[in-house]
Formats: sequence, structure tokens, C-alpha cells
Amino acid sequence: MTKFSISELDTVLYHRPESLEDYPFHFCPGCGHGIVFRLIAEIVDELNIKERAVCVACVGCSVNSYHYFNFDGLESAHGRAPAVATAIKRCHPHLVPFTYQGDGDLAAIGTAEIVHACARGENITTIFVNNAVYGMTGGQMAPTTLVGMYSTSTPGGRKPSLSGYPIRVCEMLSTLDGTAYVARVSVHNPAAVRKTKQAIKLAFRTQLANLGMSLVEVLSPCPVNWRLEPVKALEWLVKHMLPQYPLGEFKVIEAVAALKKGDRLCTKK
Amino acid sequence: MSKKTLMAGNIAIAEGAILAGCQAYFGYPITPQNEILEHMSKRMPEEGRVFVQTESELAAINMVYGAAAAGCRAMTSTSSPGFSLEQEGISYMSGAELPGVIVNVMRGGPGLGNIGGAQGDYFQSAKGGGHGDYRVINLAPASVQEMMDLTMLAFELADKYRNPVVVLADGFLGQAMEPVVMREPVTELPSKPWAITGALGRAKNIINSFEMDPVNFPPRVKLLLRKFKKMRRNEVRYEGLNLGDASLVIVAYGSASRSALTAMKMARQEGIPVGLLRPITLFPFPYEALSNLAQRINDFLVAELSSGQFIEDVKLAVGLDKRVALVNQYGGVPLLAEEILEAIEKMIKQPVGG
Repeated sequence: MTKFSISELDTVLYHRPESLEDYPFHFCPGCGHGIVFRLIAEIVDELNIKERAVCVACVGCSVNSYHYFNFDGLESAHGRAPAVATAIKRCHPHLVPFTYQGDGDLAAIGTAEIVHACARGENITTIFVNNAVYGMTGGQMAPTTLVGMYSTSTPGGRKPSLSGYPIRVCEMLSTLDGTAYVARVSVHNPAAVRKTKQAIKLAFRTQLANLGMSLVEVLSPCPVNWRLEPVKALEWLVKHMLPQYPLGEFKVIEAVAALKKGDRLCTKK
Repeated sequence: MSKKTLMAGNIAIAEGAILAGCQAYFGYPITPQNEILEHMSKRMPEEGRVFVQTESELAAINMVYGAAAAGCRAMTSTSSPGFSLEQEGISYMSGAELPGVIVNVMRGGPGLGNIGGAQGDYFQSAKGGGHGDYRVINLAPASVQEMMDLTMLAFELADKYRNPVVVLADGFLGQAMEPVVMREPVTELPSKPWAITGALGRAKNIINSFEMDPVNFPPRVKLLLRKFKKMRRNEVRYEGLNLGDASLVIVAYGSASRSALTAMKMARQEGIPVGLLRPITLFPFPYEALSNLAQRINDFLVAELSSGQFIEDVKLAVGLDKRVALVNQYGGVPLLAEEILEAIEKMIKQPVGG
């Protein structure tokens, strides 16, 4: 086999983003987290904010976030990332803190913190990864687990009479006046991944323009805890999660819409 | 003589924090410390500093965590039930080596208890309180002046050791009005190259308390233990009064020590040679000072506003062969000097071994 060094090739088409460390992800095969991390790193590079970005990690599968990114990062207690990010932003308004939270972290133990960060209109960004289970602890019922869905703590499937109904986070938070941009996206196919990137980028730009709270929910597969092969997991996500969690933008305040419009004009040129 | 200002204990804490260069305050309303939150809501913005009224004490302590991680002098204030909620965050701060000041103006408990002053948080404050192997310096003021001075010292010690520091006051002191000598503001804050300030012109900074592999965790704990050892060596503070000729020593802190002071004076008027040892730091506890006293004194009377918590450390210090009696109130009721005097008289009358 012939070996090429990069310098011998004309163009590098695909490379590791500057903002992503050469540090192995510890995610299971077929997990969606790795895609989201890469997208964030690409966006931080593109917006040229590596020296201002701060990742506030949560507790769960993304607990090691600060090791993956090549910029400042810190741990937060389970569910409290929005409080930690609030303080960082208030103390240093030039920084660009974002929280990276799972569904258990954000939608169960951390509901108070995310609701009030949104209500206060904190100028921070939240990336909320929804895979409908507690991944790190082994697949227990999450606040986003679907009705009828198997988990290790809903042996016969989630029964509303026993454990209630899943929470639609975007719909709920978009009712709060402090949110500027709220969108739900998914990583089940390349086209969806592209849209995810657009949404996350707009969320960061919302913060950079000081427009208020921005939140992007990303539907993401968890094949191991769903007990499905990776490809089947993607099919399951489309079939079962999309009807419960419709994709789209739930809140785009006028000023954010103007940012978006500017983008389209640029693309046309 | 320096000019004195008449001030309530809670206000002295707030002004002490501002003088110490507190850059960010986060708090949630709870009696009997609301004056701190209210005062800060006005003063912090005046000074161009950060103030947030939070949705809970959980949010408050985690905002202190965030602000401390961002290199700022940060504080929250609360009272007992709120302090219980903050224990998780304090453990995280100690584990992640973050400085910060937590003021606990204690009230009656357990449960919702009441809004009267008490000292029932001794265990959860002086012994750590949250999960895991950690300690926090506890400073216990006994006057409005000390509310200011120890709050200022708390910021200094927090930065010195990169560890949270608790100012452990109580509801009686919080509401008490006394003249206070205003201190000079701190103008130079320590540099914090480890802080989260954006990776501009340096490698990235990480702040965490987590190690995936258990093998990597003991070295981290050892690092903390070395700090706690240093605190024990360098930061013990206490006040001793009339110890030279004393045959009985009252041991008390905070507002209980004020009743004890009066009781001591009353006893001396009756010709009973009583002394007073008042710990100012509850961690590190003045074990050595007490143990030295125990070489020549047999009787110790512990006065506390809790049901026999503080006395455990006194017993540990003086040894099992000494008489250690308890006089106390709990649940939000003050301890009167007369009650302490009565306990002194009872102890003196009782023969050793009887």
C-alpha cells in the first residue's frame, strides 16, 4: 500500500476541527453524541470563538466533554449546568459558555435550573441531547422515555398510570419570554445532521449577538440501551421519536430571524 | 479612635463581603438572613458587581461554583434548611478546588424548624456535611464586628487554600445591632491562572472533580488532605478569657459564647474562678488549646444552642477522664446567662466522681 503524507495531497477535504482534541471518545458504537461534539467543534472554529468558548459539562454520558474540546471547560453537578453557565456569563460577558446536557440531567434533576435560566433570559447556549434513556447508568427510564418504551426501570414498557408521560422540552421552554431561539433537530441521517449544525450555529450566534437564551434539542440514538443494532436504532428514532418529538423551530425571536435572514442572503451571493 | 457605624449583623456580613472584593453574590430568600440578600441586591449593582436572586439554594451554590471557577470572589448566604441543600455544591467545590464563601445564619431545626437563632448545623458544617472526604474552614463570629471581619477573612482563606469557607453565624447575631469599625477595602485580589477565563494565549483550563478510573482518584484526595492538614496547622483561631486561674472553663462559640461571657462574670462575682474558651474556627477545631488546658483543669462546661453536637469535639479534646457537662438550648430558643450560671454552680457543688 502506498503511503501519502498530507503535504503531497492537493487539498485536505476533511480534518479534525481545531477545537476538537485528539482524545478518544468513550461513546458506545452507534451513539449520536460524537456527531454533536464534532459539530460544536466545527462551529466554534467557524465562528472563531475558541478563545472565548467554555463548555459546561453535565453528569451522564457527556461527563467528559471538557476532555474532547480544545478550549476551557468545567464540570457541573447533575442538572446544575445552566446555573454554572449563568454565573460564568454574568462574571465574564465576553466568554461564550454553553451547557451540554442529556435528558436526565436537563429534563429531570435539572428542570428548575434550565427553566429559570430561560426565564431570566440568560445569554447562554444549551445543547440538549435527547436519547430517551439514562445512558450512563445503564438505560433507566428518562423524563423523555416514550410511552410503552422499554427501559431497565420500566420492564413492561413505560406505563402512564405508573410513571406518567414524556416531557417535550422545546415546547415547554419556548413559552418562556426569556428564550430567543429554541429548536429541535436530529442526527438520524446526513441531511438531519446538516440541519443540526445550522441550528447549533444559530444558537451560538444568538448568544454572540446578546439576544438571550438559545437552546437546541438534538434527538440522538442510543443503540446499546435501546437494545438495537446501530442502523435499526436510527430507524427506530425516525419511526417512534419523531412523532413524539417533532423537529423544527419552536421559538425564533425577530432579532434571531434577522440573523438567519442575513445568512440566506449571504448564501445566495 | 476609628469611627463606628451602628449596624445589624446581617448587614455587616454583606458590607464585609463588599470590602473583601466579592465580585458576585447569589442568594435565595430565607429567614433570618434576608437582609443580606436585600442589601446585596442594592449594593452589588452600585459597585458594578454581579447579583442574582436564584430559584433555589441549589442554583445559588452552583452559581458560586461557576463564578469561582471563572476566577471571581463569590458568595452566597442562607440559613439552615438552605445550607442543607447546598452541601452537594460545597462538596463539588472542595473536590474541584474552588474558593468561595458560604454564609449560614443558623436557625432552629430539624425540618422547617423556626426562624429563631440556633447552632444545630454544627455537624453538617464543621465536619464537611456533603458527600466524600473533604473539610471546609468554619469561622464562627460572636459579634457584629466579627460578622464583618470574619467574612473578609473567609474570602482570604478561601483563595489561600482554593477551598470553600463557611461563615457560621446564627439568627440572633444576624439581627443584633452593634457599633462596627469599618475596615479598609481589599484592593488587590490574587491572580488565578487556573481559572476559566477563555483559552486566550494559553493552553485550555479544566475544572473538575471527576476521575473515570478509581485508581486516579486517591492522589486527588491526598492533595486535598494535605491542604486540610495545613489548615489544621495554620488556621486554628480561638479566644481565651480568664484561663490563668480558672478551675472551670466554659467552652462556647457564636451567640452562646456571649451568654457564657456574662455567666463567667456573674460566677466570678460569686467568687467562682471561671474561664471561657471560645473557638473562632470550628474547623480547624482548637483541640490542642483545649487539651493543654485539660492538663490542669478538670471541669469543662459546654454551652451550645444545639442538642449536644459541639460537646463531642470538646470531649475529644479534653479526654475521657475530665468532667464535661452540657448546658444548652435548641430549636430557636436563646440560652440565658442565668441558665449557664446555674449549670456552673451545680458542677462546682458536685464532687468529682459523684
